[in-house]
Amino acid sequence: MTDKFISIEGIARRYPEAGGDQTTIFEDLWLSMSRGEFGCVIGHSGCGKTTVLNILAGLDQPSEGAVIVDGQAIEGTSLDRAVIFQSHALLPWRTVLGNVAYAVTSKWRNWDRAKVKAHAQKFIDLVGLTGSEHKRPSELSGGMKQRVGIARALSITPKIMLMDEPFSALDALTRGTLQDEVRRICLETGQTAFMITHDVDEAIYLADKIFLMTNGPGAVLAEIVENPLPKDRGRIDLHRHPLYYALRNHIVDFLVSRSKTFATTVTDHDPRNVPVVRIGKPELVVAAESEHSTQASWPGVSRPSTSS
Amino acid sequence: MTSSLRFRAAVVSIVLLAAFLGIWHLATRPTAAATNMSPEYAKLMGLTATQGKSAMPGPLDVGAKLWEHLRQPFYDNGPNDKGLGIQLGYSIARVGLGYFLAVMVAIPLGFLIGMSPLISKALDPFIQVLKPISPLAWMPLALYTIKDSSISAIFVIFICSVWPMLLNTAFGVASVRKEWINVARTLEVGTVRRAFTVILPAAAPTILTGMRISIGIAWLVIVAAEMLVGGTGIGYFVWNEWNNLSITNVIIAILMIGIVGMLLDQILARFTRMVTFPE
Repeated sequence: MTDKFISIEGIARRYPEAGGDQTTIFEDLWLSMSRGEFGCVIGHSGCGKTTVLNILAGLDQPSEGAVIVDGQAIEGTSLDRAVIFQSHALLPWRTVLGNVAYAVTSKWRNWDRAKVKAHAQKFIDLVGLTGSEHKRPSELSGGMKQRVGIARALSITPKIMLMDEPFSALDALTRGTLQDEVRRICLETGQTAFMITHDVDEAIYLADKIFLMTNGPGAVLAEIVENPLPKDRGRIDLHRHPLYYALRNHIVDFLVSRSKTFATTVTDHDPRNVPVVRIGKPELVVAAESEHSTQASWPGVSRPSTSS
Repeated sequence: MTSSLRFRAAVVSIVLLAAFLGIWHLATRPTAAATNMSPEYAKLMGLTATQGKSAMPGPLDVGAKLWEHLRQPFYDNGPNDKGLGIQLGYSIARVGLGYFLAVMVAIPLGFLIGMSPLISKALDPFIQVLKPISPLAWMPLALYTIKDSSISAIFVIFICSVWPMLLNTAFGVASVRKEWINVARTLEVGTVRRAFTVILPAAAPTILTGMRISIGIAWLVIVAAEMLVGGTGIGYFVWNEWNNLSITNVIIAILMIGIVGMLLDQILARFTRMVTFPE
């Protein structure tokens, strides 16, 4: 992690509570990603994943800490960071082309109509919506709407794409196709992407790095799992890869049990040096990057006593 | 044999209308003329007494009179005898002017209230107190300060149509979906452009609904206002014909008020449909 393109530095989010106390959703959260990486955050509801993404987007402010993108602390929203919303958030009174063109004219204010149209059309074609330019969002299926959302985000050629469970409202088949599209586009364009998901398989298929968060309130980033699967992985033979199940089991184990017990079992967690887990064969090999790495490794291997 | 719902509804409507006219006609048939009446008294009582004619005009009387009005809607025989078209024209012009002024005030102010929680809270007590005041209660104050009955009527229309528009605009603007605002924010859209490209289209159906309610209220109020200020207008016409004891003309005026009110409502309904977006 030499090149920190995105660096989240010790952010916290607290909400005032009745009685003068404060609820801490998460605090002292450190996280970094390099250029061109695809990062996925997995965690249970209420751990503050969406808040982290909103802070990264500039839609929300952290109670403490800062976010640095490309060497600059972020302040508010920016056209460099495009957001794909869970609910697609298309403007229903505009056509497909109108929605994408709205983003294009927001970025390049002095472009003439023809240039905007041509640029928007390019991204509509990219997400496979050629021929539906003049339809309104209400005439589109859920998957098509989300494609428009993706086209709109990509059309402003952002430095980072932020996705808040973009496919969770879609059926499994559509979700699969759109995951393929997003993966293809990100690989082709070398896009840096940060995505929130509930879906373990989605994270394994798309992400280079998977960030595991414990349960809130008081959520922490427990560990970073590096995806051992090759960059040119395909959906068809993904599950045949020898490390696939080890990786999947590790994440599922975390979600099922360790995300709840993490706070009590791991007492010396250093949020600035979150252990990086590399899954090897036949057992886990923990990267020696952190001095606390042994404590944070897979309990089934290093601490058989705690596994149940 | 299943005809369309529209057609069947039209048939039922026509049947109901025919039944209503029939009952009306039967109820206002002439009764037997009174006998044994002193000729002088009979002269005083007119046709009601001498020929047993009903005091209430029947549908045929009203129809004949209406035809007369429709053939000559714009005649002008002095202050107390103007065509129905002229009277309606005065009323529509007053409503239009007062309503236009109300739009000019209510929509920008509603935007401000909807976008700023501070202004919203600060203005709320004033709106709550001013809103339930009957528009006609303003009339004496308007007459006293403006000193012109015609402008006072326009002011009354203004004050009665401003509230629904103001409240609906504020509500529509305040309840624009957060995600649309967030889209504009992530695209770094400025406040003015955001107001016109996101908030206005998103709130337009609610704003237009408020405008539709307002035009209805304005048309209700103009009749009462014109009865008070007098001179011209359909409200004055109704009162004048009542003083002339011409119930036929009163009925015609009532019918006309209904038709014009319906047309005004339909125009606004059409505008509302134009800005409504399916989701």
